[in-house]
Amino acid sequence: VHARITQEPITPDTVLRAVRSDTDGAVLLFLGTVRRENEGRPVSGLRYDAYVAMAEKVLADIVAEAAALAADGDVAAEHRIGELAIGDVSVAIAVASPHRAAAYAASRYTIEQIKVRLPVWKHEHYADGDARWLDGHWPAPGEARVADD
Amino acid sequence: MRIRLLFFALYRDLAGEESFDLDLPSGATAADAVAAARVRNHGLGRLPAEPVVAVNREYASLDAILRDGDELAFLPPVAGG
Repeated sequence: VHARITQEPITPDTVLRAVRSDTDGAVLLFLGTVRRENEGRPVSGLRYDAYVAMAEKVLADIVAEAAALAADGDVAAEHRIGELAIGDVSVAIAVASPHRAAAYAASRYTIEQIKVRLPVWKHEHYADGDARWLDGHWPAPGEARVADD
Repeated sequence: MRIRLLFFALYRDLAGEESFDLDLPSGATAADAVAAARVRNHGLGRLPAEPVVAVNREYASLDAILRDGDELAFLPPVAGG
């Protein structure tokens, strides 16, 4: 299982290489990136903090669950932590599957579960010098295993 | 028994510290540890009445029975992605 919490910049190629095989008919890459504004406020950058030891385990669980949706396919995911600038990649998810429907389902499952389960927190810095922890999702163990849609 | 408490993000700011150890009677639950933590660190009074916790890096119920050496983490609403 390729699931990594990293301080280093994410290279999309790494997750793609981790899933490719000759049985794939579909390969999907999802990147989450840092926006220059949030709710109308200009953002200068952000910092992700994590409970790293737990986040590594939760991300590996999510990737394994998503792989089961990928119909004989493979899933890889990385989440970056530390200081990020506008445009930086915060999360990368690659899915390879014999068929596209399963690949889309597994990719969507992975990002939605990251949002509700991964113990990572976002501290946003604004152009006006202000900064705050972003409101997050209450992790609901058990319930959180049901995907958004 | 000795329990290690960990705080992250907003809760770390409120606590003013990353972690501390608590001595609790055997049979204590996560909820007992939360109550004892609030007594020891008044900044934790601003946490929700029933914070989300993890025991040894797994989400856990506040009814969970703790064991010597357990790591109890206080987790604010998560905001990854």
